[in-house]
Amino acid sequence: MDKNISFTLKVWRQRGPKEKGQFVSYPMTDIPTDTSFLEMLDILNEQLINKGEEPIVFDHDCREGICGMCSLYINGHAHGPATGATTCQLYMRRFKDGDVITVEPWRSAGFPIIRDLMVDRSAYDKIMQAGGYTSVNTGGVPDANSIPISKEKADLAMDAASCIGCGACVAACKNGSAMLFVSAKVSQLALLPQGQVEAARRAKAMIAKMDELGFGNCTNTRACEAECPKCVSISNIARLNREFICAKLKD
Amino acid sequence: MAKKIDSKIPEGPLAEKWTNYKAHQKLVNPANKRKLDIIIVGSGLAGASAAATLGDLGFKVKCFCIQDSPRRAHSIAAQGGINAAKNYQNDGDSVYRLFYDTIKGGDYRSREANVYRLAEVSNNIIDQCVAQGVPFAREYGGTLANRSFGGAQVSRTFYARGQTGQQLLLGAYSALSRQVKLGNVELFTRCEMLDVVLIKDENGENRARGIIYRDLVTGEIKRCSAHAVVIGTGGYGNAYFLSTNAMGSNGSAAIQCYRKGAWFANPAFAQIHPTCIPVHGDKQSKLTLMSESLRNDGRIWVPKKLEDAKALQAGTLNPNDIPDEDRDFYLERRYPAFGNLVPRDVASRAAKERCDKGFGVNNTGLAVFLDFKYAIQRLGKDVVADKYGNLFDMYQEITDVNPYENPMMIFPAIHYTMGGIWVDYELQTSIKGLFAIGECNFSDHGANRLGASALMQGLADGYFVLPYTIQNYLSDQIQVPRFSTDLPEFKAAEDGVKEQIEKIMNIKGKRSVDSIHKELGHIMWEYVGMGRTKESLETALKKLEEVEKTFWSDLRVPGQADTLNVELEKALRLRDFIEVGKLMAYDGLNREESCGGHFREEYQTPEGEALRQDDKFSYVACWEYQGAGKAPELLKEPLNYEYIKVQTRNYKN
Amino acid sequence: MWLIDSSIGRKVVMSVTGSALIFFLAFHGAMNFVALISEDGYNAICEFLGANWYALVGTIGLAALIAIHFIYAFILEVRNVRAVGGLKRYSRKERPAGVEWAAQNMLVLGIIVILGLVLHLTDFWSKMQFQEIMGSTATVEGLGQVSPTDGAALIGYFFGKTHIAILYLVWLAAIWFHLSHGFWSAMQTLGWNNAKWLCRWQVIGKIVVTIIIAMFALVVIGFWCKAHCC
Repeated sequence: MDKNISFTLKVWRQRGPKEKGQFVSYPMTDIPTDTSFLEMLDILNEQLINKGEEPIVFDHDCREGICGMCSLYINGHAHGPATGATTCQLYMRRFKDGDVITVEPWRSAGFPIIRDLMVDRSAYDKIMQAGGYTSVNTGGVPDANSIPISKEKADLAMDAASCIGCGACVAACKNGSAMLFVSAKVSQLALLPQGQVEAARRAKAMIAKMDELGFGNCTNTRACEAECPKCVSISNIARLNREFICAKLKD
Repeated sequence: MAKKIDSKIPEGPLAEKWTNYKAHQKLVNPANKRKLDIIIVGSGLAGASAAATLGDLGFKVKCFCIQDSPRRAHSIAAQGGINAAKNYQNDGDSVYRLFYDTIKGGDYRSREANVYRLAEVSNNIIDQCVAQGVPFAREYGGTLANRSFGGAQVSRTFYARGQTGQQLLLGAYSALSRQVKLGNVELFTRCEMLDVVLIKDENGENRARGIIYRDLVTGEIKRCSAHAVVIGTGGYGNAYFLSTNAMGSNGSAAIQCYRKGAWFANPAFAQIHPTCIPVHGDKQSKLTLMSESLRNDGRIWVPKKLEDAKALQAGTLNPNDIPDEDRDFYLERRYPAFGNLVPRDVASRAAKERCDKGFGVNNTGLAVFLDFKYAIQRLGKDVVADKYGNLFDMYQEITDVNPYENPMMIFPAIHYTMGGIWVDYELQTSIKGLFAIGECNFSDHGANRLGASALMQGLADGYFVLPYTIQNYLSDQIQVPRFSTDLPEFKAAEDGVKEQIEKIMNIKGKRSVDSIHKELGHIMWEYVGMGRTKESLETALKKLEEVEKTFWSDLRVPGQADTLNVELEKALRLRDFIEVGKLMAYDGLNREESCGGHFREEYQTPEGEALRQDDKFSYVACWEYQGAGKAPELLKEPLNYEYIKVQTRNYKN
Repeated sequence: MWLIDSSIGRKVVMSVTGSALIFFLAFHGAMNFVALISEDGYNAICEFLGANWYALVGTIGLAALIAIHFIYAFILEVRNVRAVGGLKRYSRKERPAGVEWAAQNMLVLGIIVILGLVLHLTDFWSKMQFQEIMGSTATVEGLGQVSPTDGAALIGYFFGKTHIAILYLVWLAAIWFHLSHGFWSAMQTLGWNNAKWLCRWQVIGKIVVTIIIAMFALVVIGFWCKAHCC
């Protein structure tokens, strides 16, 4: 049987993007360890509402680690101390009785805070719009089996494509670089013949947009990869670099 | 019952209906497309694919989603795969067979013409997705791999690891992103539709001409106009509070259309997925699905002896200590032919039956074992880890139990809703200019959906059906200029929305939204759940009235309405879930038969199987809103099976 | 110009200049190592390089490499700080498993390296090539007039002093950390990497860098020992 724990929650509260925020401490008592981290926040919010206060705002949706919505920086780690897991897949049994748990939003100029722990990640959409696609219209495409693709390539593309666009890479990167996110999409499409056609154009367009939006410069610290809930590898960044440099040298 | 339902099924033999339709439908020329606006609410597989396709045809599309990005839509969580009748495996698949399996899987409660069209376009979907760079699983030879799924005898499911929904959605999202860049689609993220605006045309007929929405960040109520409105907002499973749906998944857009006069069809048909992680406490917020693929190798069992079950419930017995001869592999016992791979509704009901008899295996008595001991013995741990490693890790993270050493515990949970807004063959609702696509319409799955068919339907509607059929509607709209949002109809709708919000904000009671939602969920699961009776459904209706009363008298929404307010968002959705709940109960009460996801305990065979009443209920039950506090009116669209013989589903032999 | 206005371009500049500097260090280290074997041999090398045109061109090129590497490092840092919204970011930050300490502290290490370089230039270069260019000779306290090509004497003199020897070892350690990340990072930035080569480059990098730094460190330790033990 799971036991209950008590701890202090230090949560970042901020009314709006321009307003000053601060940490607020909430004592939490008798939380069952089989509660998920977000359910623990639900419990706290329920208590706040019952006291007539406004609940803590945080992004979350699927609660099974695939939508990429949840985005908490817990105890110095993007998505908390577990590896290969999103915030919603984090359970309270990871914490101990008497802990002080610090919860912060993603912090990056590219992701301005909306309120409390909720940030604006529309920059990722803009990068995708810059070139994260193959330029095909609906219909008029060849039969799915007409171009064979090696299993190895398809698997590598799938590894890259498993990115959920949560923004943990930017949050974890000391430089606030979005290279892992961009490289995952560029890699996926560059590995497949369908995407290879416009690979050079795509790499240039997506990098230009990423730079324009004020994301930092990658210095290969590997923090992104270590904190990525889907374990997307930085070998994708190498591939992106390759695609980009080759494209520029050809120009 | 004066209203005659016209489902606009085209003439001709089944296999030629769609071809004939396309050949004779009206189209809009490219220059005119630019003059026509289309609102698409929802950005899941159906919404995103429709927005992308209509965008590349040249229409001006406005796409709304409640999340921060279209990529978050809950289609992303679909694990298993997508069906298509490609017959790449040369195992005898065909469009007809996919059509037949889908109709049969749906327990003969769906339209033949619609399902046939779905099977027909399924192949185009795979081609389209591959062209978009969706990394489907491949064989060493470079061709696409397939796997088999419940309810089929061929391997026709295409997949991308356990993340097929994600990959397909990202493909559609990519295509959508491209259209945004090209300026054909405008995105409205973190915006929630709160009403549909109808304007009478010169013949006095209502047409959908726009929506009222709330900007979830600023709290502003805004108006948006268009020549047509499409909703693709998914299902209403969250009426049960605990479901496999995302926290934000809601039935509000559909209910708003229903309140404006669109018929709601077959609301009682809700799918209960057999392999979810059981409920563990009252603080739980959602149920996690374990992929159906686990049933390929796992064996489902409960103890044969009641005293063993009692000991398991008390936590005094280790399941590994129960010898094989004392284990009841009830699916293999009852359904020798399909065994652990029976369709979802059958597997779910069988689990409930065992637990109701007291054989449940966890502390709540609401769980059965899914055991991989045998698979590990047969294949070795490495092979099992290779196939299901991710799922096992997820299970261990959630439950703290190692599934390699102990049997998993699973229990059914609400997963998908087959019912939804009624649409005709053109996917148009009973309101002109209002279309519904994907899970939020009722069309293709009848009373039960087969695995890997939801993705197929969402994309079929969005890529290949709606972009044709909507033109048949829009072709006579080219002379209609863009609408001003200053029209009185917009003002009236906006005022209505504001009034509702104000009313909710002013209740100032004591109960949080979640606490009332949990109460609703409890009633739904208890009385409108897996096994329903006349009494339980009548009780449900009574209790739902009480919940509604509690909602309007004791709800507390902190904060202000004119700014970001998550509790207000949830309150508005809860208001609509209560309406959904009532609809489900009305429909369940009316449908005095058991079929697919709808099981009325009064109607079962002596062996406990579902008993359909084809002579009385072979119809689509369409519910028409009659005003607040009034019972909805039932309209019937008869289902005529011209091409296949209606049979009793049999998964025994 | 993509080498200036794109993030990858800027990193390519860092990568190329960094790699060139590693190349230079390898030469420098090999030359130094000669001093351990034969002081005359080392002085012959000093004489050979001296202030000849090729050595001067090399020196200017080297200075340019260092300057570019240094300036770009600061440009990147400024941009990166701006990208994370200022110097104060998270109240609690933990280094995730798999992230090298050096990788997150390249700028600090770089600054230590530059400070060491200033020391090094004052100690040696200003008394050797610089004097040769100026056509004069330097006077070192305790050593008197030193010929610009008598590197061995300078080495012996400076490394004989314990505090200087320690400073040099600290400096070398900083360079080792800087390069242990810098080496594979350069390959990664140029795109010469994949999942398999990532580990290989890291191991190769560590070996190469350790050899280079060991050559320098042995000279320091060797001459300190000569001064104190022999």
